[in-house]
Amino acid sequence: MDYFAQQLINGIVLGSIYGLIAIGYTMVYGIVGMINFAHGDVFMIGGFIALISFLILVSLGLTFVPVILLIVLLVSMAITALYGWTVERIAYRPLRHSFRLAPMLSAIGMSFVLMNYSQVAQGARVKPVPPIITGGYTLYEADGFVVRLSNIQIIVVITTVVLLAIFTWLVAKTRLGRDMRACEQDQTMAALLGVDVDRTISMTFVIGAALASVAGMMYLLYYGLVDFFMGFVAGIKAFTAAVLGGIGSLPGAMLGGLLIGLIETLWSAYFSVEYKDVAAFSILIIVLIFLPTGLLGRPEVEKV
Amino acid sequence: MAPLTPAPAAAATAAAAKKRGLDVAFIFKKSLISALVALVLFSLMIGVRTEAGPTGQLIYWTRFGDLAAMVGAVFAGSIVVELLRWWWGPVGTVHSVGPKVQGALSFAGRVLPPLMLGFTFLMPVIFYDQRYILDLGILVLTYVMLGWGLNVVVGLAGLLDLGYVAFYAVGAYSYALLATNFGLSFWVCLPLAGILAAFWGVLLGFPVLRLRGDYLAIVTLAFGEIIRLVIINWQSLTGGPNGISGIPRPTMFGIPLTPAEDGLAARLGIEFSPTHRIVFLFYLILALALLTNWVTIRLRRLPIGRAWEALREDEVACRALGINTTTTKLTAFATGAMFGGFAGAFFATRQGFISPESFTFQESALVLAIVVLGGMGSQLGVALAAVAMIGGFELFRGLDQYRMLVFGLAMVLLMIWRPRGLIGHRAPTVFLEQSRAISSDLVKEGR
Repeated sequence: MDYFAQQLINGIVLGSIYGLIAIGYTMVYGIVGMINFAHGDVFMIGGFIALISFLILVSLGLTFVPVILLIVLLVSMAITALYGWTVERIAYRPLRHSFRLAPMLSAIGMSFVLMNYSQVAQGARVKPVPPIITGGYTLYEADGFVVRLSNIQIIVVITTVVLLAIFTWLVAKTRLGRDMRACEQDQTMAALLGVDVDRTISMTFVIGAALASVAGMMYLLYYGLVDFFMGFVAGIKAFTAAVLGGIGSLPGAMLGGLLIGLIETLWSAYFSVEYKDVAAFSILIIVLIFLPTGLLGRPEVEKV
Repeated sequence: MAPLTPAPAAAATAAAAKKRGLDVAFIFKKSLISALVALVLFSLMIGVRTEAGPTGQLIYWTRFGDLAAMVGAVFAGSIVVELLRWWWGPVGTVHSVGPKVQGALSFAGRVLPPLMLGFTFLMPVIFYDQRYILDLGILVLTYVMLGWGLNVVVGLAGLLDLGYVAFYAVGAYSYALLATNFGLSFWVCLPLAGILAAFWGVLLGFPVLRLRGDYLAIVTLAFGEIIRLVIINWQSLTGGPNGISGIPRPTMFGIPLTPAEDGLAARLGIEFSPTHRIVFLFYLILALALLTNWVTIRLRRLPIGRAWEALREDEVACRALGINTTTTKLTAFATGAMFGGFAGAFFATRQGFISPESFTFQESALVLAIVVLGGMGSQLGVALAAVAMIGGFELFRGLDQYRMLVFGLAMVLLMIWRPRGLIGHRAPTVFLEQSRAISSDLVKEGR
């Protein structure tokens, strides 16, 4: 039971990270109707930028950790958001009204570009960082087994909840959110009613990338390493989460992320670590077969 | 009201050209913005380099020179792009292929394949001494075969498969395991590898029957990754990341290509040379590729092939007309997978060593890029695209780390430039009275 509780905590933390990435997938799929294959790599870029800005800040002599973390968060969100914007501008916008396969291949190409760009720019080796946030609380202790909740886990979950709240407010209450929902339903009609569709789609990519960069930073803080290849697998898992929750649904993306995180953690804990990715991918296949619209998605009606 | 008679197209274009003068300030401003964006994007990723230092602690150093060079390159590049765009003008789309162009195309279409085929047949004779070129030829032919195999699934049936490399892996591992464990010969294993791959194709096909489009793509991708992960982790069978080595070389129908007494060279009474094996492998993969092509062309004229193409165009209509979509999809998956399995068995016997590293997602993407670049469904286009892609890859042999970067960039740019692939026209198999080429825009991409 104690072991289970510990794994539950770990799973929720991992799931929060997946959920943050999954929101980017689900938003883009909802509005543009394509899988943004490069999104996982945008997450990886976010991790790298957080790492580099962290190193610079530390070498500049800053020591107060909350200030460092806040600056790192803002810098990595800003720069990664620009990456998201650039990716959309270069690889997707010229192909928006092209046939369906073209943007997908262009997205795969963009994913390779980002992955190998960071390999060339920053080297292929894994970049470790020493633990930045230490300490934690012991929740429960019995016969040598300790259930711990570390500070970093608390920070990851709180950050996710706060961002999610801001984001939900943004989509539900602001002008931009209304434009996004309008574009999701009918782009032509939205354009006729004065919504700048191009700008709205750009903003969708920017917001998705900013959330992914936060996920990248949390990943860096939690696992203490980044490498150029981490975006691929994390990307597929986050997409699985988006599909599991019902693509196009924002609460669904978060729910799916949590479920995938829990499944992966529990699978590694009770079955085998080697096959944890196989488990996550199998979930994707099983969900799509038996529950193609996901947990919270709307059923899709096929028009002739 | 303006008169409704349309102005002659040429006059309209000339007027438009006169209207858009070279707006220097606009181009400069746009390029400056691009350079600024590049500066922010590259500031940390290129301007600063991190590496684990000698003590394990991360260290960093700055590379402002590289950063300045990159930003400058973006500035210059975006000026060039804007100038090109101004010079090119707006591009209209032509849907029906004009009779003159059609004549030239059909002439090229008739002449090019026999010429290419003849050249390929003669390659081992012409380049007998140049092993590098022969090896490259074998590699290109392997991808031509993979492209033709995937073309059945993607180009004809319109089922988007991002995990094609899984069948390639199944074929390669089938041959490697059967040959190393049971001592079966290549010629026994080749059909077995094909059958096993086809079986896996059906196995993948069943669950994804109801899926379409991007969902299908992501599930096939996941399937490909699952196969690779299982190969990596099932160490007792597959050797894990170390792979399988010592895979037997192919024999010429039982006659080994070795310097031994019973080898081919000794039997023919000629001096042994290792090139014999390369030439043999070359003709072997050529034969396999041509088999793939021949089977595909024949199948396109059979009911099943027509059902595939009908499925690509409209699944609902297919069902309404009484086509069994289940078997149609499954046969497409199985046929494509079978050719992938053949190619995998060939790959294993050529390399003599296989490991999971050869079967990554990048391979799937490469083959899919070949099919799409070749214009989905065009056999000639796939062959040309394979030559262009693998040839282009070889150009970057010395710059290994930039290879995938350039490949990715090429994929993005090619899609923007020609979303429909290099071959922009199709020759439908079903026609009224006379065969006629149509623009590829009119062909559906399937769902």
